[in-house]
Amino acid sequence: MSPASDLARAALRVDLQFVADLIEPGARVLDIGCDDGALLHYLSNEQNVDGRGIEISQAGVNACVARGLSVIQGNADTDLMDYPNDAFDYVVLSRTLQATHNPRDVLSQLVRIGRRAIVTFPNFGYWRVRWNLMANGRMPTTRLLAEPWYSTENIHLCTIRDFAQLCEDLDLRTERQVILNHTGHNTRFRSTSRYANFFGEQALFMLTRR
Amino acid sequence: MAIADPMDNSSSNAGQFVELGGEGALRLDSGTELASFGVAYQTYGALNAEKSNAILVCHALTGDQHAANAHPLTGKPGWWDIMIGPGRPLDTNRYFIISTNVLGGCMGSTGPKDINPETGEPWALSFPVITIGDMVRAQARLLDHLGIDQLFCVMGGSMGGMQALQWASAYPERVFAAVPIASGSRHSAQNIAFHEVGRQAIMADRDWHGGEYHAHATTPRAGLAVARMAAHITYLSEAALHRKFGRRLQDREHITFGFDADFQVESYLRHQGSTFVDRFDANSYLYITRAMDYFDMAVEHGGSLPAAFHKTPVRFCVISFTSDWLFPTSDSREVVKALNAEAANVSFVEVETDKGHDAFLLDEPEFHKTLVGFLNGAADKRGLKKP
Repeated sequence: MSPASDLARAALRVDLQFVADLIEPGARVLDIGCDDGALLHYLSNEQNVDGRGIEISQAGVNACVARGLSVIQGNADTDLMDYPNDAFDYVVLSRTLQATHNPRDVLSQLVRIGRRAIVTFPNFGYWRVRWNLMANGRMPTTRLLAEPWYSTENIHLCTIRDFAQLCEDLDLRTERQVILNHTGHNTRFRSTSRYANFFGEQALFMLTRR
Repeated sequence: MAIADPMDNSSSNAGQFVELGGEGALRLDSGTELASFGVAYQTYGALNAEKSNAILVCHALTGDQHAANAHPLTGKPGWWDIMIGPGRPLDTNRYFIISTNVLGGCMGSTGPKDINPETGEPWALSFPVITIGDMVRAQARLLDHLGIDQLFCVMGGSMGGMQALQWASAYPERVFAAVPIASGSRHSAQNIAFHEVGRQAIMADRDWHGGEYHAHATTPRAGLAVARMAAHITYLSEAALHRKFGRRLQDREHITFGFDADFQVESYLRHQGSTFVDRFDANSYLYITRAMDYFDMAVEHGGSLPAAFHKTPVRFCVISFTSDWLFPTSDSREVVKALNAEAANVSFVEVETDKGHDAFLLDEPEFHKTLVGFLNGAADKRGLKKP
């Protein structure tokens, strides 16, 4: 990679840097919950990706369209069913699954419309979260889960083990997994290990149908 | 031909007109054909050497080709004057804008008030019923005439959006990008109902004479004005009407216990009605409303809207407005759903505004920002030079 694209990668949110590394150049990508389009913008500039996005906020969509990205205003719970099977090489859902109404259905849709699904989420089994609840007896707030219980969008939080179990229930194959620690570094823990569920602040899974 | 003259950045009111049909009659969806027909149009900006920077702007029901020049009858600025010009969203330093009067219209393109060459009399109701598809076919003939193989973009609001969708569906290879605004793939039952009210008002006017009012040297002013008044309400929103007029009285302190225009909103509508009559032909109103009513892209594709956009290469930007109850966001979402089902390249924005359907004609910064962003992105992909 050129220094310029290194710089562009470094400007991405840390989980998105690892997502970007997994995506092959020239691929068709759908980014669900694409926010202001940072990932799509990087992917189309640096990896010549044919990218599309779905974003719930008008401000986000406008920011995307204004930078020339193809993004629709919509939401993961209701709009994925419109897409045909295998419409994309990769479907990305970053830090959004825990905010959906029906994560199980959303996950099924991801692997239906994409040949691969890349999901990132904050780990509710992370030791600071556990400590927060145990020591204070109050709903945990952390860097990644900053909002208090009454105003958070995160209604379906899970731990890494919970997520791995759901993937098994849905008969999904985990092609890649990255467990990130609080400094945003790859811990190289396996998702099945207890260390991952304790020390991982967030996780990334790349999934396919079996 | 004046179209490639780079100095012609003007906006003369006379406009341009071309008689077509010599290359073959225009076949209409009704099964009849027009042996010859005219298209009146305006252009703004300059066509580039590759003829790749043309944007076709399609007008709504009561619009016309005078999108960005003073209107020859009313003297008012064009209906998209805020949109078209140097440095504006449709930047005439970068794009070549074409705006036509639709087939069936009354501002120069062939319509019911013109003379039927076979009889020497005005067509009136003997003019064939035309469709959105026919309007687009006529525009395609104009592009043939101008030597433009592919539009960079086709766009419009309301009925103009219908034309944009029809263009993308019927001529996918001739459209690089399409922007349907405050529009839909079919006219709803409610919209047909409103149109029917308007048509009945015109036809109930004794001066209409079964459409032969030209022969009687009259025009159904009252009927057409009522049609316009009813329609105009649908272009606004409750919030917009309230903000603009509330229950305020017109030039008086108290209600008069009569049927004069006591309220400002009444006075406003009456004004809208009477000024409209001075610039619009009643029979054209019948024909164009009918064209909108008949529009249903799914029905034309075996009941499947995605089939209307099968494997489309066109880049779409669909835009709706939150307070638009004539073409509500759900209509735009239907289009987006169909395009997603084809995994098409589509952007979709619902702009928050309380200005109703007419928001597409107004100064809506978020709307304009979206449009500029989309056009810039598409223009870069198309390789158009920056101004």
